Amino acid sequence: MTATIRKIIVQVDETRMEMGQVVNPPTRRALAMAVIANPFAGKYVENLDELIAIGEELGGLLGAKCVQALGISPGQAQSYGKAAIVGEAGELEHAAAILHPKLGAPLRLAVEKGAALVPSSKKRGGLGTAIDVPLGHKDAAFVRSHFDAMEARVADAPRPNEIVVAVVVTDSGRPLPRVGGLQVHDIKGEDGLR
Amino acid sequence: MIEIRRIFTHVEQIWHEFGPVAPVPLMRGAIAAVLTNPFAGRYEPDILPMMEALQPVGIDMAERLRAAMDVPADRIEGYGKGAIVGAAGELEHGALWHVPGGYAMRELLGWKGDAAAYAKGQGEEKSGRPGNALSIVPSTKKVGGPGTALDVPMTHINAAYVRSHFDAIEVRIPGAPLPDEIVFILAMSTGPRVHARVGGLAAQAISKWDGLR
Repeated sequence: MTATIRKIIVQVDETRMEMGQVVNPPTRRALAMAVIANPFAGKYVENLDELIAIGEELGGLLGAKCVQALGISPGQAQSYGKAAIVGEAGELEHAAAILHPKLGAPLRLAVEKGAALVPSSKKRGGLGTAIDVPLGHKDAAFVRSHFDAMEARVADAPRPNEIVVAVVVTDSGRPLPRVGGLQVHDIKGEDGLR
Repeated sequence: MIEIRRIFTHVEQIWHEFGPVAPVPLMRGAIAAVLTNPFAGRYEPDILPMMEALQPVGIDMAERLRAAMDVPADRIEGYGKGAIVGAAGELEHGALWHVPGGYAMRELLGWKGDAAAYAKGQGEEKSGRPGNALSIVPSTKKVGGPGTALDVPMTHINAAYVRSHFDAIEVRIPGAPLPDEIVFILAMSTGPRVHARVGGLAAQAISKWDGLR
């Protein structure tokens, strides 16, 4: 089963100045979203394998879209996150089926490595519902400068029988990080934490 | 005078809207530049110097948007523009975008008109098919807070009455504009609405090349 995709949306948010300070190099976050049909809308289905396969397909597709939009090589990606908004005729577990079992592996291929957990959020919502996609460093979850979030929203989705699936990839942390903690240059990148 | 704080690009591919799936998806895109509003917090009588200063900003934005859409300029069939002014500014500051925003996309799309006459708002005598991007670029603007949504209207680039290309794209930048910011927006599309079927002037039937029909 492959996803029935109605729309794909890609956004890039580049910050060059914050509070009067020049951000050099600018921070850049890319968000790719797919609006897909929910094959299980309106009914309870025990086995969610179909959505798990869709998650695997979208992890690679949306991850590659983000990397392409940033114009970077996969190894230059620094942080990532994922999220899903399930339309009213679906259940939260449908988002879980897409996000958790198989989306991560192809996403990690798209960004090269990715030892860290991919932070995620999910909700049920109507058209234009916004979701904040949490972000963390792809190789070391404790890197404090890369804790962030990017808002994802599609004006005309999800319809009740749709799901919005979002992936964010960045080539940077927050614009002016200065709250200490583990720094990028101190990452070991082995256990996904530090 | 020009200080760009953020650049936000948005590109969508649309395969269907619950009708027949398009073999080639419609693409729509928007680019928003978040600028410092140099006139925030006061009434400034002479704001025209900024209109001139925005010219290269617009040209750069149009090219960035085309690149983000990843299509050649000759695939662009629809366009529009808009502005969102932060709370410490006035609507008139958004109006500064009319000339540079419109001109920017014309430059990209192969317009052959007189830029000086355009800047003054004068018409021109035209005959035959004088290049591309003949239609007035439709626009909208508002004053709003961070995350305000603006529906940017779009029309066919050569004839404003082409009914299949009347469209709008919602543009919203989380966190912008701050009170002392202005967001300037350009929007472009590669074709008609995905299931356009309400008749009217068709793009193939453009004949007057006057920007209208």
